[in-house]
Amino acid sequence: MSEHHHDHHHHDHHDHDHHHDNHFTDMEARVKALETVLTEKGLIDPAAIDAIVETYETKIGPRNGARVVAKAWADPEFAEWLKRDATEAIASLGYTGRQGEHMRAVFNTPDTHNLVVCTLCSCYPWSVLGLPPVWYKAPPYRSRAVIDPRGVLKEFGLTLPETTRIRVWDSTAELRYLVIPERPAATEGFSEEELAELVTRDSMIGTGIALSAEALR
Amino acid sequence: MNGPHDLGGAHGLGPVAPEKDEPYFHAEWEKRALGVTLSCGAFGAWTIDESRHARESLPPATYLSASYYEIWTRALETLLKRHGFVTQAELDGGHRLEQGAAPKRVLKADMVAGVLAKGGPCDRPVEAAPRFAAGDRVKTKNFNPETHTRLPRYARAKLGRVEAVQGSFVFPDDNAHGRGENPQWLYTVVFDGPEIWGEGADPTLTVSIDAWESYLEYV
Repeated sequence: MSEHHHDHHHHDHHDHDHHHDNHFTDMEARVKALETVLTEKGLIDPAAIDAIVETYETKIGPRNGARVVAKAWADPEFAEWLKRDATEAIASLGYTGRQGEHMRAVFNTPDTHNLVVCTLCSCYPWSVLGLPPVWYKAPPYRSRAVIDPRGVLKEFGLTLPETTRIRVWDSTAELRYLVIPERPAATEGFSEEELAELVTRDSMIGTGIALSAEALR
Repeated sequence: MNGPHDLGGAHGLGPVAPEKDEPYFHAEWEKRALGVTLSCGAFGAWTIDESRHARESLPPATYLSASYYEIWTRALETLLKRHGFVTQAELDGGHRLEQGAAPKRVLKADMVAGVLAKGGPCDRPVEAAPRFAAGDRVKTKNFNPETHTRLPRYARAKLGRVEAVQGSFVFPDDNAHGRGENPQWLYTVVFDGPEIWGEGADPTLTVSIDAWESYLEYV
């Protein structure tokens, strides 16, 4: 990317910028050693690292997924396309790529709630939700989502009726799941932009539901 | 492998503790760890399956107490050493001592947008027709390989139902160990909660996994 990024990086990593070198944590030291050795060998480009970080901080995040959900709510044909071929439907909005190569959209209904987990690692639909939150990658969620989903949902403040069926999707392969939450009541006439504001990240993982219409008032 | 990563159904790991307004990163080193990991993935020296296996092969006590970026970083050190890109002496000293192996490509800043947008699709054609169809009753195999597999322990030797044929994909159990991509048909298989968890299971619960064909047998 730009020289600016390159220079910025160099300044960041000059020793004189680190006033607490001797307080480096083990991980800070390990990652710095890795980056330094690889950079000295010409195997990595620090500016590429800046570009990767900037991409996931500013371009690829849950607002992407929210636009997919809002369009599915507003446009029945798009919703059908999502059910049939989520990868293509989502790509039509410009969201493709790493950890979103093979997408599936799963739709909540009045009697079924979907919840996504990766018990074996931390598979997550980066192209529409960005980087996964820490809890998604951590042992408590990965261990309990498949055996005690109601208990997990309560920790997110979500209590479902006892009769609601819960479907847990364990992402064991390269398919990445996006939950399409139910459209909130009293949102007739809302624009897609307004609808997207009601779509939270957690509602697209299944650990939440969409915000109510009052959230916009 | 029956490693520390295979967490489905484990007890005693504590509450989920979601963080309100969680930042993308919790420390500067996490940003660098993400970028270095993705940059090294671009070398083309190992597959995503080999990298997953390197992560799950960390000592269990380390794995369970580490943040995910720490798991990534420790596994990356393993991969870089295994493939001759760095030595332990270089990691210890924090500087280059020898050049080591040459990657197929080095990710430059101007390549990042294209590489991330392209990703790494792993669907591959297979000649044989799928053995199973939606609606088939199947049983997952019981096996305990010391090598990489994507059939979680909780879902082994369980009765389920094929819900969908999802296409054909690289077989990670082989690919993680350099035995080739050997693609197979992939199926979404649904299990009733009580089939997996037995007594006291939530009767409203169903759990699905995505299972490669060789994980399954007819009932």
